[in-house]
Amino acid sequence: MALLEFEKGIDQLSRKIEDLKSFSMEQDVDLSQEITKMEAKLEKLKVEIYTNLTPWDKISIARLLIRPTSLDYIKNVFEDFIEFHGDRCFGDDASIVGGIARLNDLPVTVIGIQKGKSTKENIERNFGQPNPEGYRKALRLMKQAEKFKRPVICFIDTPGAFCGQEAEERGIGEAIATNLMAMSTLKTPIISIFIGEGGSGGALALAVADQVWMLEHSVYSILSPEGFASILWKDATRAKEAAEVMKITSADLKGFGIIDKILEEPLGGAHKNPELMIKTVKDALVENIYSLLNYRIEDLLNNRYKKFRQMGEFIE
Amino acid sequence: MLNGLFKKTKYITVAPNKINTEEIEVQKPNIPNGMWVKCHSCGQILYWKDLEENHLTCQYCKVHFRVNSRDRIASIVDEDSFIELDEKLSSKNPLAFPGYDEKVKGLQEETGLIEAVVCGIAKIDDIDIVIAVMDSRFIMASMGSAVGEKITRAVEMATEKRVPIIIFTASSGARMQEGMYSLMQMAKTSAALGRHNQEGLLYIAVLTDPTTGGVTASFAMLGDIILAEPGTLIGFAGKRVIEQTIKQKLPDGFQRAEFLLKHGFIDAIIERKDLKATLGEILKLHRGVN
Repeated sequence: MALLEFEKGIDQLSRKIEDLKSFSMEQDVDLSQEITKMEAKLEKLKVEIYTNLTPWDKISIARLLIRPTSLDYIKNVFEDFIEFHGDRCFGDDASIVGGIARLNDLPVTVIGIQKGKSTKENIERNFGQPNPEGYRKALRLMKQAEKFKRPVICFIDTPGAFCGQEAEERGIGEAIATNLMAMSTLKTPIISIFIGEGGSGGALALAVADQVWMLEHSVYSILSPEGFASILWKDATRAKEAAEVMKITSADLKGFGIIDKILEEPLGGAHKNPELMIKTVKDALVENIYSLLNYRIEDLLNNRYKKFRQMGEFIE
Repeated sequence: MLNGLFKKTKYITVAPNKINTEEIEVQKPNIPNGMWVKCHSCGQILYWKDLEENHLTCQYCKVHFRVNSRDRIASIVDEDSFIELDEKLSSKNPLAFPGYDEKVKGLQEETGLIEAVVCGIAKIDDIDIVIAVMDSRFIMASMGSAVGEKITRAVEMATEKRVPIIIFTASSGARMQEGMYSLMQMAKTSAALGRHNQEGLLYIAVLTDPTTGGVTASFAMLGDIILAEPGTLIGFAGKRVIEQTIKQKLPDGFQRAEFLLKHGFIDAIIERKDLKATLGEILKLHRGVN
């Protein structure tokens, strides 16, 4: 199990408890009172630590290799997922997956930015950094959803769109821009859920939605804190400090009105109890999707427009 | 003994009018004060008056110097037709970012601009349009809430009046100091253009040096017709970031207008001296459509 910096205290205490337990077993001494006391202390410590995470702690959780990925949600929240490939233009980008599935009985289109669970898979998935063809595949599937009147559900988990020569040659800027415009007028409900990292335009390209949700410890930022620190302060090592000033946590963004809902994570993060997290996601989707489907398309689109229209802080 | 025999004697050195396209740093207005200016591209010494007459393009290598928003508007729209919109709209500091207020205030005083884009209604060849021109002197024309709001309002005005919108882009991308508020301007401006588009109205994007980051990944790339000035830097990720990612040198001319034309992402490269006439022609060909 990956151990994060802020979890060291928890780890130490739980080791102590383990030691006591084995000691009492081996020596046949009754330490149950002590152990119960310490276990209560441990639970209290966990709550204390996990409910006071700094933005940087949250980034560490959001980037964990063992954190559930888009495919974990797609395969477990929905039934009968069929994956569809390719942008019908250039190729198939493995860093974005998509297809059709059922949410209970409702046919839906699902799309997700996919990170790998190992280095090998991450190389295949390009570390969840989509190329233009990935965004174009996503758009193709969204247009398909519009035609067949299926809602679209997007899972977002990316450090950002790929920063490579070929991505530029094939028009990464154009691909993102086209998605932003097309999603703003797509005639079917869209729900986008940030499940890990939400980096910059590459994340926004799947997040112009009627409902934008974030898992509690996921982050959504204009740029990685490392990039931010390097641009503004010419010092990438000040990433922690950047994470503080950038306001990238779910609570900050809910406060700004940039996202609509926070989905609570199991104590310590989604990876501590993936089943519970999947249930939370599914329940929230089921609870909200039918009301979105009840809107007249015109009203749905007006609301979507207004939602993004009011974002910004300025003086006149 | 032969040391220094063939050495050239230095007579005059003229400081180059440095235009660094890679940096996001604030740049001074690139209008030189002196009579002479050295071309940042070919190194030729140019007489300022000639440069002005040539629409700020080098008479030798044709490189296009950056133009500020006021001069741009004057060179493109019909005389006395421009009426500015939202001229007082300016940035807040929503993240309470240290030093941001001072930076904005300093630039306002220095440039006379309130923000990094100037918008208005105007005419080109007597055809009504809405125009927005970004100005790289102002925090590299990065897009924060104020820029996003002004562009959105300009597009909405064009939709309401059922006229074409022309946007001259120039930007380093999203404005870091406003964090996620800046990112959301990409969605906001694109959504406004989506509505303009659905009404069957014309949007011409004119990309000028440099057009990068979040502006490329939003309204710059959404034109029905996308024009660019020669040599314009156009891209999403910065060249340095890409080189660090792929650990390779990028080819010459990477992310320049000519490169994008070759890869199919812009409609045409138009020299500055021909821009007004070209825009006029395109508008005339769309007359009656709007």
